[in-house]
Amino acid sequence: MTPLLKGTALIALIAIVVAFPQVVTNPSVTNYGVLAMIFVTAASAWNIFSGNTGYISLGQAVFYGSGAYTMGIAARDWNITGDTVFALLPLCAAVGALVAVPFGLIALRVRRHTFIVITIAVFFIFQLMATNFSFTGGSSGLDSPFLNWPAASYNTPFYYIALACAAGTIAIAWLIRRSRFGLQLRAIRDDEDRARGLGVKAMRVKLSAFAISGAATAVIGAVWFFYINQVEPQTGFDPLFDLTLVLMAFLGGYGSITGPVLGALIIEPLTLWLNSQPQFSGGSLSEILLGAVFLVTVLFLPRGIIPTGGELITKLRTRGRPAVIPATTFGPPAAGTASTPSVSSGGAR
Amino acid sequence: MTREVLEAIVDGILVGGVYALMAVGLTLIFGVLDIINIAQGVLVILGAYLSYSLSTKAHIDLFVGLLITIPAMFAIGVVIHWAFIRRLRGTERTSMTLLVTYAVALIIEGILYKIYGANNVTLSASYTTTSIRVFGFYLPWIYIYGFILALVLVALIYALLYRTKFGRSVRATMQDETAARLVGIDVNRVAALTFGIGVAVTAAGGMVYGATNAFNANSGYDLISRLLAIIILGGLGSVGGALVTSVFMLTVESVVTVWYPTWAIVVFYAALVIVLLVRPTGFFGRKEVRAQ
Repeated sequence: MTPLLKGTALIALIAIVVAFPQVVTNPSVTNYGVLAMIFVTAASAWNIFSGNTGYISLGQAVFYGSGAYTMGIAARDWNITGDTVFALLPLCAAVGALVAVPFGLIALRVRRHTFIVITIAVFFIFQLMATNFSFTGGSSGLDSPFLNWPAASYNTPFYYIALACAAGTIAIAWLIRRSRFGLQLRAIRDDEDRARGLGVKAMRVKLSAFAISGAATAVIGAVWFFYINQVEPQTGFDPLFDLTLVLMAFLGGYGSITGPVLGALIIEPLTLWLNSQPQFSGGSLSEILLGAVFLVTVLFLPRGIIPTGGELITKLRTRGRPAVIPATTFGPPAAGTASTPSVSSGGAR
Repeated sequence: MTREVLEAIVDGILVGGVYALMAVGLTLIFGVLDIINIAQGVLVILGAYLSYSLSTKAHIDLFVGLLITIPAMFAIGVVIHWAFIRRLRGTERTSMTLLVTYAVALIIEGILYKIYGANNVTLSASYTTTSIRVFGFYLPWIYIYGFILALVLVALIYALLYRTKFGRSVRATMQDETAARLVGIDVNRVAALTFGIGVAVTAAGGMVYGATNAFNANSGYDLISRLLAIIILGGLGSVGGALVTSVFMLTVESVVTVWYPTWAIVVFYAALVIVLLVRPTGFFGRKEVRAQ
């Protein structure tokens, strides 16, 4: 794709995304837009840490719920109402990052399975704390401060706030990917011991990425809390939330920037739509479908839509032409050269 | 007070025995296949529901019903391994298998919801309601029967592991898969059978769990988080570690419940976090070799 075409496509995409609530005014449709943007942000934030480092975190809901609860508790205790509550979003980001530090210091000492399990354990500790403490409202949770917005266009400002969060998170992900920091993260993913040997301060780098990811997730958690008007321990700290994020990232393309975005844009509207259909009501069928989509993705599209799709396009475009890759890589010289008859082997015989 | 604590300790040991059975299955699967089966929790619930259906619909005694549910769960385990686990290869295998078993858990949970609804049920039989008097307090017979059942099954697993040719090939695969392959062990077969055995124990664990707790399709999360804490604390892949840790942790939880019922479950996760700060391999774990 030429840079010009790419630029035009990007501008067209931005125009569509920005104009969406102006064109579509039906609240049940804009609802899809708001929640999709919330998940685009959360999935991209997950990807900043887990996609780059290869440490699969199943504890992102810790940040999501912490953000929501921070907003709820701060607004309640300081009696903040109206639009000024959104000034508390930086506080939520700070809390998200702050939670990530001890969480990361404990969890990032271990790798692979143990890391994943520790993130689940920390997640359950947070859920239990939200249920058992009194300042979090116990099992009935917290209600959000009242926003005096007209009901007809209630979703529109939320859409733009969520869109801004999504754009910000994607921008951060893009900047990280192009930076030395991003290279260090990916070096850890490929081989942590070797990366350390080459001078990457692994713990510090991992912890920074974890904190950035936590801050972004906490902010979007707070926005989500306003949008649905309340948070309970079961919804703020929801195990399905973690799994959904991972599914989105894997479906779109784990580790890339566009992958989680695409995955979120597919999965979230799909689940919302499934849950709104009367024949799928009760939630259990959508759960089965989510699991089934997940299995199909992992088994048949193990690298996600974007990488696998990219390979397909490359294959189509280079069809009929001799493969150029084997000539420039190391390895057995006969590999992949079946399409071009080799002269040297004939001569040697 | 002392009587309550004593009661809590006895309770904890007896329940811990049943958790040990479930945890041994999980840790065996980890040892041989290098995966954590997140679905173990919901499989326990599936086992409990199977016993529930057999006892309410066909009026088969809970313990006799195990003769049907254990082979059934074994078959389910082999099928899960054949359909999903076997197919995963490559560098991301660790995280992939975790996610796949999570997805399997979701599907099973959804199906159980569809069939049995969201209401809590309990398995009942004559021995779940009658009690025996020990040290001045009453203990339902099911706790004692369940503990004996768990002891017998764990002993059987030990015998299988240390007294049979199959057990030797399982242990060889746990130590070094490549070397096991080189000496002629059919590693895929060992893996499938181990997964089956690891899942089969959930039938017995689920029956006792269902007879001592009210459960619904959602109860699997609570179970799996405890089981994961147990096997990591015990050292991943260590059968003995899983046994000791289950009994120890359940006893601690039971004693904490006497004073702080709502915080008791936190003991698990807090212990996990604290122990891993000091000893990342758990109590009985071997040092992990560098993984590529």
